[in-house]
Amino acid sequence: MSAPLGFVDVLLATLRDVLPIAGILFGFQFFVLRRKVPHLRQVLLGFVYVLLGLALFLEGLEQALFPLGRLMAEQLTNPAFIFDGDLQRLLSISWQDYLWVYIFAAAIGFATTIAEPSLIVVAIKAQEVSAGAISVWGLRIAVAIGVAVGIALGAFRIITGTPLHYYIITGYVIVIIQTAYAPRMIVPLAYDSGGVTTSTVTVPLVAALGLGLASTVPGRSPMLDGFGLIAFASLFPIMSVMGYAQLSEWRTRRARATATTPVQKTPSQGD
Amino acid sequence: MIKQLWAFWRTLRDSLRDLAPIFIVIGFFQLVVLQQPIPNLGQILVGSVYVVLGLTLFIRGLELGLFPIGESMAYAFARKGSVAWLLLFAFALGFGTTVAEPALIAVANEAAQVAAEGGMIQSDNAAQADYAFGLRLTVAISVGFAIVIGVLRILKGWPLHYLIMGGYLGIVIMTAFAPESIIGIAYDSGGVTTSTITVPLVTALGVGLAMSIKGRNPMIDGFGLIALASLTPMIFVMGYGMLLA
Repeated sequence: MSAPLGFVDVLLATLRDVLPIAGILFGFQFFVLRRKVPHLRQVLLGFVYVLLGLALFLEGLEQALFPLGRLMAEQLTNPAFIFDGDLQRLLSISWQDYLWVYIFAAAIGFATTIAEPSLIVVAIKAQEVSAGAISVWGLRIAVAIGVAVGIALGAFRIITGTPLHYYIITGYVIVIIQTAYAPRMIVPLAYDSGGVTTSTVTVPLVAALGLGLASTVPGRSPMLDGFGLIAFASLFPIMSVMGYAQLSEWRTRRARATATTPVQKTPSQGD
Repeated sequence: MIKQLWAFWRTLRDSLRDLAPIFIVIGFFQLVVLQQPIPNLGQILVGSVYVVLGLTLFIRGLELGLFPIGESMAYAFARKGSVAWLLLFAFALGFGTTVAEPALIAVANEAAQVAAEGGMIQSDNAAQADYAFGLRLTVAISVGFAIVIGVLRILKGWPLHYLIMGGYLGIVIMTAFAPESIIGIAYDSGGVTTSTITVPLVTALGVGLAMSIKGRNPMIDGFGLIALASLTPMIFVMGYGMLLA
């Protein structure tokens, strides 16, 4: 067990990530803006928290979740599990054999998205800016559902071996159509949520799933077919967030319609 | 002090709730579906405590440090009124946060292997390292470019969806001409560029700018920088692949 040493390594790596950013921020602050940082002590404390927190988070993931997640992705895609050891059936596989893989893909996509720090951050900002019209949990669940569907479909694509760009281009067409009908306020946030879903927690687990599938499904090459799951995970949340906004707009409109109709009808019936 | 501790405790409780689904999913599949024992239970428990504490500290740190400084800089730039410096800052932020991104380094190295196997480049180490470094620079420049375009958009009030649709169209057209082995990598590179530290900063910058410029709505104009930053790498990486082929 070299846990403390591992943590120091991760801390140094995180420091290397944060330093250029801190350099850019403070460089521009002092040399271009030439202003003092308001609440400098609090800001510096915040940087220390971010640094320590990110390092702890990454080290913990590496120790607890990633090994287990990778192991499970391997086991679930292992032909011995899928065909109960009946390897004869490998010759005639069909996509229905991988039911547990789709369920795992969707569940792990949903769960990792709920835990994704970047998404939490954007959701907090969105609630603040929209004065509560968009709730932190509403947004996060909408995005998580999008990622779940996206990754399950991505697993289906690897198993069937259909070309990636058909799916992506169809997805783009749907996004463009939805953009025309969705409430204007949600569109930029929806596009943004496509990019924030895929970071620290989701990418390593999803990449392991893709690689496991591509190397065990007969006829797939891990190099060519293993990629692409992340692209699915960033496309589908755009649709689900716009869908969420459309749904809540439609429900408010209907609620308003049913609330006003009886009032208008009563006098005419009385006549 | 007590207020601080109370806020910390609330964040800690939130983190526990945020991480519960992962533990449930992994536990369920391991114990019920695969019917295997959980290996190294002690190490996993320690790691889980790290994850929960780490997420708590990270979120507190963002609220104390990264959000306020991002927003106060956006205000200061808006008041200074120098577009050139603001755009330079935008480019530096995009380029600087991406070029050293660990996820990008990993993807670039993998991509170099794919390219070597596909015979696009020589398969010796030097050629692969060259290719991977070129790919990293390409993606970092594309993200810097995206933040510059995004900031210009906020200043001018251009609607985001025209930019995004134009970008999509570009991707669709380039997919038809780019070498097949680069397409998957190009699509994925859009997702890996937006790291956990970049997202809060860029979001704070966008929302702060939109709030400090008259006539801009923070909801409509403030968001969208991340979307652009995940779009341009796809175009630039496919371009890189076409250039080398």
